[in-house]
Amino acid sequence: MASKLLIQLRALSAAANGHRVLARRVFSDSPSLSPPEVSSTPPPPPPPRPPPQISQSESGVKSSAPSSLDQNELFKFSSIAETWWDSEGPFKPLHAINPIRLSFIRSTLCRHFGRDPNSARPFQGLKFVDVGCGGGILSEPLARMGATVTGVDAVEKNIKIARLHADLDPLTSTIEYCCTTAEAYAMLLWTEKMVEEHKSFDAVISLEVIEHVANPAEFCKSLAALTVPDGATVISTVNRSMRAYAATIIIAEYLLRWLPIGTHQWSSFITPEELVLILRRASVSVKEMAGFVYDPLTGKWSLSDDINVNYIAYGTKTAL
Amino acid sequence: MNRLITRKIVDNVYRLKAPQKSLSTDAGVKLPSSNSGQEHGERVGFSNKIQEHDIAIVGGGMVGLAFACSLASMPLTKHLNVAIVDSNPALLSGVCIKKEDPPDPRVSTVTPATISFFKDIGAWKYVEQHRHAYFDKMQVWDYTGLGYTRYSARDANKDVLGCVVENKVLLSSLLSCIQSTDIQKTIYPSRLMTLHRNSSSMGAGSTSSGSLSYELGHTVKLDLTDGGSLCAKLVVGADGSKSRVRELAGFTTSGWNYSQNAVICTVEHSVENQCAWQRFLPAGPIALLPIGDNFSNIVWTMNPKEATDRKVMPEGEFLQDVNYAIDYGFGPHPKSSTSGNGDIFSWLKPGVTLSANECFEVPPKVIKLASERMVFPLSLRHANDYASRYVVLIGDAAHTVHPLAGQGVNMGFGDAFALSKVIAEGIAVGTDIGEVSLLKKFEAERKPENIAMMAILDGIQKAYSVDFGPLNILRAAAFHGANYISPLKRCIISYASGEQRLPIFS
Repeated sequence: MASKLLIQLRALSAAANGHRVLARRVFSDSPSLSPPEVSSTPPPPPPPRPPPQISQSESGVKSSAPSSLDQNELFKFSSIAETWWDSEGPFKPLHAINPIRLSFIRSTLCRHFGRDPNSARPFQGLKFVDVGCGGGILSEPLARMGATVTGVDAVEKNIKIARLHADLDPLTSTIEYCCTTAEAYAMLLWTEKMVEEHKSFDAVISLEVIEHVANPAEFCKSLAALTVPDGATVISTVNRSMRAYAATIIIAEYLLRWLPIGTHQWSSFITPEELVLILRRASVSVKEMAGFVYDPLTGKWSLSDDINVNYIAYGTKTAL
Repeated sequence: MNRLITRKIVDNVYRLKAPQKSLSTDAGVKLPSSNSGQEHGERVGFSNKIQEHDIAIVGGGMVGLAFACSLASMPLTKHLNVAIVDSNPALLSGVCIKKEDPPDPRVSTVTPATISFFKDIGAWKYVEQHRHAYFDKMQVWDYTGLGYTRYSARDANKDVLGCVVENKVLLSSLLSCIQSTDIQKTIYPSRLMTLHRNSSSMGAGSTSSGSLSYELGHTVKLDLTDGGSLCAKLVVGADGSKSRVRELAGFTTSGWNYSQNAVICTVEHSVENQCAWQRFLPAGPIALLPIGDNFSNIVWTMNPKEATDRKVMPEGEFLQDVNYAIDYGFGPHPKSSTSGNGDIFSWLKPGVTLSANECFEVPPKVIKLASERMVFPLSLRHANDYASRYVVLIGDAAHTVHPLAGQGVNMGFGDAFALSKVIAEGIAVGTDIGEVSLLKKFEAERKPENIAMMAILDGIQKAYSVDFGPLNILRAAAFHGANYISPLKRCIISYASGEQRLPIFS
């Protein structure tokens, strides 16, 4: 189902050229470049906030760099940490979209790593890091799919919950959880790498996190620094569109009360074009994107080519 | 990781305390008697330590085994470690089927959808080695003589309408099928006594944490009547209409008993029967199903008093009653539509399907009783939920129906297929297979379909439990409608074949 719904989105030369040109989105059914068909949706307005500060440092790690995580955001999540695994609790929407984001990860990463999509544990032997793992609701399925998972979160309470929960099942008890921000972690790894070499991950996954960080560009550089050359990066977030504003803030937070009010800041949302650019500058080229859409009639989420609200992107790290 | 598991197993054994140990010799004795299947990695459950399984199937009947076969046949689920809890010795020793024996009265009418499911899981080839009877024609009529319907597989461009197979053949085929696969399976020759959902050993490490009180562990512990125990991440209740799993897991049911019993037996004709016959009588329907050679199976619904009488009456008298019931008893034969002068439903004629031009036929006479007569009470029962945390119901445990159209077991096979598919989809995205949100997907898929089928069967039963002039004509009109309106007829055949939902439900 996932692969059928999935329309591959490619960032073309615009992104490759970088600079001030907005990435044109081209939909194509085949992996090869077919005649471009420009998205029917009008390009979103230019970013109202200052463009992300792109560091010139290639490593993405600067000893003086402050954590990109916003202190208010940290507090917000630690107050609801205990309810992570209650599928009817505050994180219900995450539980609801979890299967479809995992099916996107499964299909893209099976292709990326040349694994058998019919295997129950296709990621056996691969090292994944889940940045912003929360209570572990993504880390655990990834571990069941065979990956050697490291979960990282900035909220200590989340890590405690995640550890306790993962220990309930031998398949997930192998997950390593660390409480650190991605930046600090990258630096830790950087120093470790100095000592023993090869301490990076085959895939770096960070879902629904980038909209909560203070400096998305720095964050992406950190993610890239954690990835092996030719490794994969998967990021999901919310688009900065009027529809996203309506869906995530007005409907999900205020009307349906799916999420605690104040979970999202609209101004910190990132458009797919911005994400492509930011990742490009962090040496990650986006290969595919898909949107998550909710059908209020069936109550089901599905993958689609509509990236106006929630979307997920998969990219590969180009060799430096 | 291994060390961690070992520690947990040690914990389990420690917790079991003494009583199990005294019983462990019991299971050890049973082991040598299990001859077949040993070479396929099949094990018999020991009760001296708690085995951990992915899935425990309680009830190794047709639906439970079909579910196990379905898991074994799919790439995403074939690695699962499955336990089957059933005290039926046949699961270990194999089902003994002698070709020369007359057919067993317990048969199932499997639909084309079930046949293709059996082909997919690799079990149909074993069914074909035994007695089975395909039929491509069906005649339904009633005692008032006002209407009849003949269905033919050709109307819906199918080869067959169904196949009648003895339950023991289905069971032995599924058993051969599961033994031919390399799925890890353990058979526990016992019955379920209790289920512990929250006191799992796996949660031992976290029980001290109050914040996780809603989530104590990922396994269910099953205590068996022979003193043994096992743990599983998911318990599948396939233990029939009196399901122990349903009771222990606290699933509520709704339903009612019909004040009707079914008499079933095998009979012999002088010629081979190749059509399924069903006639509605004042007290309930009688069905005559071909079962190969010159044999037919009879399912005759009547009130409990008559059923008791007919069970004990002399064979000659019973056969006379049967022939009376399937022929001219209670009312005349309906007029054949081809001779249709004065047919009050002649306006329905245009656009008839092929079989509508076929004449009414009289079923072949029954000459001999070929088995004992069995009596079963009829009831309708439906579990209000099929799924809860770590526990799910399939087959008769979830829904018991009137055996009117032989749909009961087909609904169960539909459940087995749907559940294994949902589990495979869950495994694809790394879901814990006992997670209630996953199991609810299965429920959402099957419940509306099962309820629709139950409502139709119950409706037909109710429509025929009244003998009232105008209603008889309405029923007859419905028959004529069903006989002559081609799209409707095709639709009914597809629905009864299990391949299509009724349009109103799709």
